[in-house]
Amino acid sequence: MALKFPIFMDSHSTTPVDPRVLEAMLPYFTEKFGHPGSRNHPFGWEAEAAADKAREQVARLIGARDPKEVVFTSGGTEAINLAIKGVAEMYREKGTHIVTLAIEQRAGLDVCKRLERQGFQATYIPVGPDGLVDVEEIRKAITDKTILISVMFANNEIGTIQPVAEIGKLAKEKGIIFHTDATQAVGKIPVDVETMGIDLLSTTAHMIYGPKGVGALYVRRKNPRVRIAPILDGGGHERGMRSGTVPVPLVVGFGKAAEICGTVLAEEGARLRALRDKLQDKILSSLDEAYLNGHPEKRLPHNLNISFAYVEGESVLMGLNKEVALASGSACTSATLEPSYVIAALGVGSELAHSSIRFGLHRFTTEEEVEYVGDRTVQVVTRLREMSPLYELAKEGVDIKSIQWKAS
Amino acid sequence: MAYSDKVIDHYNNPRNVGSFPKEAPGVGTGLVGAPECGDVMKLQIKVNVDTGLIEDARFKTFGCGSAIASSSLATEWLKGKSVDEAAKIKNTDIVNELKLPPVKIHCSVLAEDAIKAALADYRDKWGKKEAAAGAAAS
Ligand SMILES: Cc1ncc(COP(=O)(O)O)c(C=O)c1O
Ligand code: FES
Repeated sequence: MALKFPIFMDSHSTTPVDPRVLEAMLPYFTEKFGHPGSRNHPFGWEAEAAADKAREQVARLIGARDPKEVVFTSGGTEAINLAIKGVAEMYREKGTHIVTLAIEQRAGLDVCKRLERQGFQATYIPVGPDGLVDVEEIRKAITDKTILISVMFANNEIGTIQPVAEIGKLAKEKGIIFHTDATQAVGKIPVDVETMGIDLLSTTAHMIYGPKGVGALYVRRKNPRVRIAPILDGGGHERGMRSGTVPVPLVVGFGKAAEICGTVLAEEGARLRALRDKLQDKILSSLDEAYLNGHPEKRLPHNLNISFAYVEGESVLMGLNKEVALASGSACTSATLEPSYVIAALGVGSELAHSSIRFGLHRFTTEEEVEYVGDRTVQVVTRLREMSPLYELAKEGVDIKSIQWKAS
Repeated sequence: MAYSDKVIDHYNNPRNVGSFPKEAPGVGTGLVGAPECGDVMKLQIKVNVDTGLIEDARFKTFGCGSAIASSSLATEWLKGKSVDEAAKIKNTDIVNELKLPPVKIHCSVLAEDAIKAALADYRDKWGKKEAAAGAAAS
């Protein structure tokens, strides 16, 4: 099959809508356009039935017993906000301390920072060099004021999968609510809120080949019954937790996307893992001083994150960006000119954080694409190293850390 | 971010990539930036001790595409200039030529710093000899 450019390999940022998902959505824009809250006519009934079916499909993918536990939101960011702020407000009397990870996605971190300004306390647990949290560190951080443990399921940069079931067990033992941002994990690896002891779970449709602008928060109703304060006031939709008309075409797409993921998960995961391993082997065997970021095994099957010593991430992307869409932890690609805090948290040294490239494979990635991206990455990195003063110094045997750098 | 055509051109066809031996006659070397900040530039000039003109220049850069383009452009501009003229190259000239957006201005600042550092190193190493050669010629 001929390659089509540009090749999309940035599936941790978003994914394309599966054609089957789009097909399921289309009628709900036009002939089936009703409001699910309209209780007195067929348009409303039809819309409500469609939203309920979607709720069931999402519930099944995450192992929720009761579809009512699924609250639709506008996406992962809103679900995370609702979970953390909702618990903070609801349980403020009980305590004001939150335990979370230093490598949470921005939404989780920024909500905690805002809550800190409002009188809450947050502990940001560091991760090890492989990106994994030590559950004992979480245990040690818990105080009698802790009301929430919020730990992401899988990281969006390095794909590292946290020991969620163990954390769930710890949370149960301590009687603390456990939220997980499973935006990157749901639909890609098995997720089960029951066996993993998850009380709140955030997810989004556009990471699982569904539309952008819709997501969900799973809110446990039994053992224990978790209550959250809403962040939007209004018509009291979604059992009062999320006011606003349910966007039926979007939730229908989300449901269909969840259903498809549920049926193909194991097979798709195995296929992408094989392709990912091939890409990883190609790159690591062709280049010296290319380092895998994150845990080699406990990792999303479609994720690959590598730091290329002596070359800067943005310059690598620039060499590829007409042909391949990738992401970098480079400071030069961020508005703040700070390198990725996730890669930096691994303790690899910030020069390697500037050099990280993230590859994200997906349902439509082909073997030819993987071969092409592997070859081109090696070429671009090799060319840039020939231009790199650091590579030259290293080849001359100079220890780069021994130089007195004068940052401008 | 969309890059200007000139940045892309310098990135794809960088001018004067490479190194001179640091101790070669007339060579001045500037090494600026820091690996932790994600940008390091090495810029070298080779001055003809008789004419006082920069006859060649080289660079190597660890940094974004705009940093590579800024240093590549700088080496082009340096060639043929006297040491004093070279000292007048400003980062804003580079910004204008490459149409760098505000977030990339520091890449041009780094290039200006690299030029200054190379000139200073040249003066340090060879300035006295140049003065002596100049005196002998007059
Ligand atoms: C780990 C993680 N959490 C949350 C989000 C935010 O999700 P959304 O884009 O649906 O708001 C993302 C999106 O990139 C993510 O990767
Ligand atoms: S070197 Fe970082 S933005 Fe140019």
